[in-house]
Formats: sequence, C-alpha cells, structure tokens
Amino acid sequence: MQPFIKHTGVAVPLIKDDINTDQVAPVQAMRALKPDYKALLFMRAKQRDDGSEDPDFVLNKPQFRNPGILVTGHNFGAGSSREAAVWGMLANNIRVIVARSFADIYRENCLQNGLLPVTLAPGDAEAFEKRVIEANGAAPFTVDLETQTISGPGGPDIKFDIPASDRTRLLEGLDDIGMTLKHADEIKAFEKRIAAAQPWLQTATDSRIHK
Amino acid sequence: MPKTLFEKIWDAHFVARRMDGRDLIYIDRHVLHELHAPHAFGELAKQGRKVPRPDLTFSMQDHTVSTKPGRTDESNPSGAAFLRAMREGSARNGIRVFDLGDPEQGISHVVAPELGMVLPGATHAVPDSHASTVGGLGAMAFGCGTTELAHILATQVIAMKRPKSMRIRLDGTLAPHVTAKDVALRIIGKLGMAGGRGHVVEYAGTVVRTMAMEGRMTLCNLNIEMGGRSGFVAPDESTFQWIAGRPFAPQGPAWDQALAHWRTLRSDDDATFDTDHVIDCADLEPQITWGTDPSQVVGISGRVPDPASDPGRRVIAEGALAYMGLTPGTPLAGLPINRVFIGSCTNARLPDLEAAADVVRGRHVAEGVVAMVVPGSTSVKRAAEAKGLDKVFRDAGFAWGESGCSMCAGGNGDRGEPGERIVSTTNRNFENRQGPKTRTHLASPATAAASAIAGRIADVRSLGN
Repeated sequence: MQPFIKHTGVAVPLIKDDINTDQVAPVQAMRALKPDYKALLFMRAKQRDDGSEDPDFVLNKPQFRNPGILVTGHNFGAGSSREAAVWGMLANNIRVIVARSFADIYRENCLQNGLLPVTLAPGDAEAFEKRVIEANGAAPFTVDLETQTISGPGGPDIKFDIPASDRTRLLEGLDDIGMTLKHADEIKAFEKRIAAAQPWLQTATDSRIHK
Repeated sequence: MPKTLFEKIWDAHFVARRMDGRDLIYIDRHVLHELHAPHAFGELAKQGRKVPRPDLTFSMQDHTVSTKPGRTDESNPSGAAFLRAMREGSARNGIRVFDLGDPEQGISHVVAPELGMVLPGATHAVPDSHASTVGGLGAMAFGCGTTELAHILATQVIAMKRPKSMRIRLDGTLAPHVTAKDVALRIIGKLGMAGGRGHVVEYAGTVVRTMAMEGRMTLCNLNIEMGGRSGFVAPDESTFQWIAGRPFAPQGPAWDQALAHWRTLRSDDDATFDTDHVIDCADLEPQITWGTDPSQVVGISGRVPDPASDPGRRVIAEGALAYMGLTPGTPLAGLPINRVFIGSCTNARLPDLEAAADVVRGRHVAEGVVAMVVPGSTSVKRAAEAKGLDKVFRDAGFAWGESGCSMCAGGNGDRGEPGERIVSTTNRNFENRQGPKTRTHLASPATAAASAIAGRIADVRSLGN
C-alpha cells in the first residue's frame, strides 16, 4: 500500500451529511471490470440531465478541477461497501477526506488504500469548513499525518486525532495481509482447537455429496 | 463478568491481536459475489497468494446476472466479464461456484442461509454491505470492501477493532399486514442513517421472538441502512428447526453436538450494552419511504413531512422532495406509480412472495404499471412455482424473473425509466439507484403488491380480501 505521510492540495467543500457510495460511484458506471475511476467519481452529480457538464457542481468549478482534499459532513460513505468509491477519490488525487464522521465500511476501505480519513473535534470542524469555503480553492491546505495537523490559509494549524494503529499503518504503508500472516501459526492453532471443540464450524460440506 | 452475545461470539473467534492493535477474528464462512470478488482474485494472483480455506468459501453469481428466461453470460452484456472472471478465479482457487444454470443459484444472502451455510454463533464475511442479513439466524456477519475481501481470502480472518454493542428491544405484537420490513424502516426512521454506526446490534423483544426466520433476516438485512456494523437475532428453537436438515448444516451426531452449543447462545441477563433502545411496535402501520434515504419514512396513512419541521435535516429533506417530485402535506397513499419491483436480498424469500401473491391473487396490475417479481434464489423460485405463485403473478400481469439482485441496484441492466415512481421491496431509495432519475419508495412486499394493483401507493389493509 502507498504510505501516507503528508498531502498538499486544494480542499473542496462538499458540506452535506449522509453522502452515500451510490452518489460517489454509481453502480451503473461500473460496467467494466476496470472502469474509468477518474470519470466515475460523483459521475451523476457532475452531469446535468442532458448529459452536459453541470457548472454548479463543486468539482466542476475551475478552482476545484485539481482537488486534493474533500471536506464533507456526517456519515460520509453510507450505503454499499463498493471500494470503487475510494478508488475514484485516489484517481482524482484526493488522498484526504475530512468529514464530520464516516460510515464504518467506507472508513475501513480508506485505510486499506492509503486514503487518510480525518475527523476533527466539532469546534475545529466548523472553523475548518469556514476556512475551506473562504479559501475557495485559491490556496492549498496541507495535511500532515506525522504531526497530525492541517495547515493552510485563514488561520492557525489545526490538530486532529486518529487511532495510533491507523496512523502507523498509513505512515508505513503496511501490507495488511503481510501483517496478519505474521500470525499464521496462531490461525492454524485456532483452527485445530475449533475443529476439536466445535467441529461443525470447521467443515462446510454438502451432505448430499459427502455422506 | 456478564457478556452480551456479540461479545461472546467475538471472544470465541478471537485469534490474535495484530501489531497495529486490530483483533484478528476468525471467519467461519466466506461468501463472495461476482461484482467484487474478481478484483480480489486478481490481487491475490498478482501477489502470488493462495486461499487456504476454499472449503469454507462459496462463490455466488448474483449482482450482474440477467433475470430473463434462458439467460446466458451475454444476456447482460456488461455482466459477462464479471461472471467469467468469477468462474475462473473461483476455479483457480478451488472455490465452489453457484453459477448460472445451477439449481441453487441466487442472491448470496438468500442462498447461504437456505443451504445451511449459516449457523448460529458463526462468523460470516461477504464483500457486500447487506452481509448481516444472515444475522437473522444468530450468525455474526461483516460486510467489507474488496481489499478486505482479498485479506480474508488469504488469511481466513478479518482484522477489526471491536465495535460497540447495541440492543434494540422491539415490544408489542405486529398488526396484520405489518411485517419485518415495516419494523426495520420504523427503526431506521427513528434512529437515523447513522444511528447504528460503530455498533453491532442485537435485535430482541417479543416482536423478533414471534417473527419467522425470513422476517428476522429482513430485519437484519436493513441494519446497514442505519449504519450498523453487524446485526443479529439471538437464536432460539425456531432457528434450530429452520436450519435442521439443510444440506450444508451439520448432520447426525454433529448436529446434536452443535445444537447443545447453540442453546447456550444468548446475552447474559445482566449484560450491559453500550447503547440500548426500546421501540413499541404495537401501533405500527405499514411503512413507506417518501425521500431519498431509508430514514425518510412514514406510516402509509402519513403525509409528506414539511422539511421545516426538522431544521437540522432541512436541506437534505428539501433536496429529497425536489428529487422525488413531492410537496409537503401530500398523502403518500394515492400517489400514482409507474413501476413495482418485488425482489432483492431484503424481501425475496418464499414468505415474501407468498404475502405478495395473497394480495395479488385474482386481481390485475393497474393499467400502465410495469410490475416484476424476481425470486431471491432459484430454490425460492422453484418452491414458489410448486405453489403456483408464478401463475398468480403472471395472471395478474407481473413479469416473473430468474433469480438475482436485479433492480435493487440495476447492476444487471434491470431498471426503471427516468422520472418513474417505483414502489420497491428493496433496501435503498437513493437517487438514481434503480435507474437515472427514478423515484423509489421502499415498502413491504404486501404494500408493493397492493400498490401494483391500485396503480397508486396503496394501504394493503384497505384493499380488503
């Protein structure tokens, strides 16, 4: 996984609660095994009914054409577990999402892909959103995971909290499978123990075939 | 120390704590589908990793399959690549596929329980947010993304921090024509889209105790729509009866041993939950959504609410009403509709189809309404046909499809036309979900059936017998 240490980019305000993964990455745009993830991001919101570009949608505005950070409301990423909703962010160089809160599975998917999910203390969140709206893409913000700060126009640096485990994994770009397989012997031992204590869990055979 | 059932199942599946502080939780059954698994198979091949437990893993073709009779891979042109990649990746890794043409093909969340792959107290993973459907049988299931799916394939564990625990006690007795779907929508309406975030939810109370397994699965299916990490109902004698004899369930002496263990699976009386809710369901009426998320819901005799009544959600409600083409104060019942869909992992098991057929029998779909039933599995389809339900639906003017996810998300090309108002038994009324600009109202199978007949959103209770 690509490590996350620091990212500088234009912060895009999309201040709304409950944005779901159908909005971020419509399933009907996932018609191929490898779709155009860059185009897929907020595909419907980007277009007007006649298929032309909607100039009012924030990511279509000239100052937000090269985004780096998305700033949004509560429960971001609700709904489907589709990881394309994270891959679409990365394809657009959005490597940080600052949300009031995240849907559980979406946050997990971010961590799996080196996309930093940030939640600020409520007062800081409000202040930061204001600064992002005021900056209006004219100057970038920098999110530094080592120092756990956001810096940029309009005010002092803002500190953020993140669980130490998530921080380490992102900073070092740790390989999830590799980390787990350090426990391969314990997994095998667990299977052996369960096979003895609750044998029905360790076999899933079709009784019509295997009598 | 007293423990909740969730904590007991978690502790019983704890393998180790990883260096990053996450717990490795053993996954007893892993069920895949073709929209996401091919990417994970590709990733494993790239990394040169093997699947150690293909015998505990099953592949389902459901999201992209056509529902047309005589379907092939090509019937849904954009699905063919997914179906083939699923087949190839599964074969390469020794995983059994419930493929097109298999007499037991269907939606993963319907097939796994009906074949007995789902057992009380067991852990499940599915790369799908509706994984917790199988919690209706007392299993603990986690939905996940594609990278986590590859991780579970390669390791047979999921790496998680332990979520918090929540109990939702559902009191009272449900009135006639009020179903698990209505209960779930009521809960989501009350707790909101993020009400279950970070929690594993145990559904309890008299309502679930008297609810059939299929209803419990509908209830747990919708757990994700309030953001719950997992949701389940503690198993009881009716759970065990439902599972007994299913082909992948333990048989003979193994069954007796399992049963003895399963009878111990309950939260301790004095266990405490991080969050506790009580909802009285005695006066609950059939529910119908009015907006663009499942929490925007009212009783069928209700009216479209005024966004100003909830200042915190005002902007979202106004956006929803604009999209849905509705104005505050309009009664939901009576709104003309264009389409009805009965299907999905939420509401396409046999009792769902029976409830809808009971409403439809001897009647006809209103002129101008397109109506479709898609059974949750090929086994459900067969069972329904044995009872003559296909004929009831066809005679009434419904299309009767082959099994799959179909119009729930439209991944197979089944969808509504722009501007259409749809009553659907699915789980998400998000904008554009059932086709660009479609307006979805979520409801139970009985309400959907009654609406198809009336050509308008209808109160099934006023249709008479």
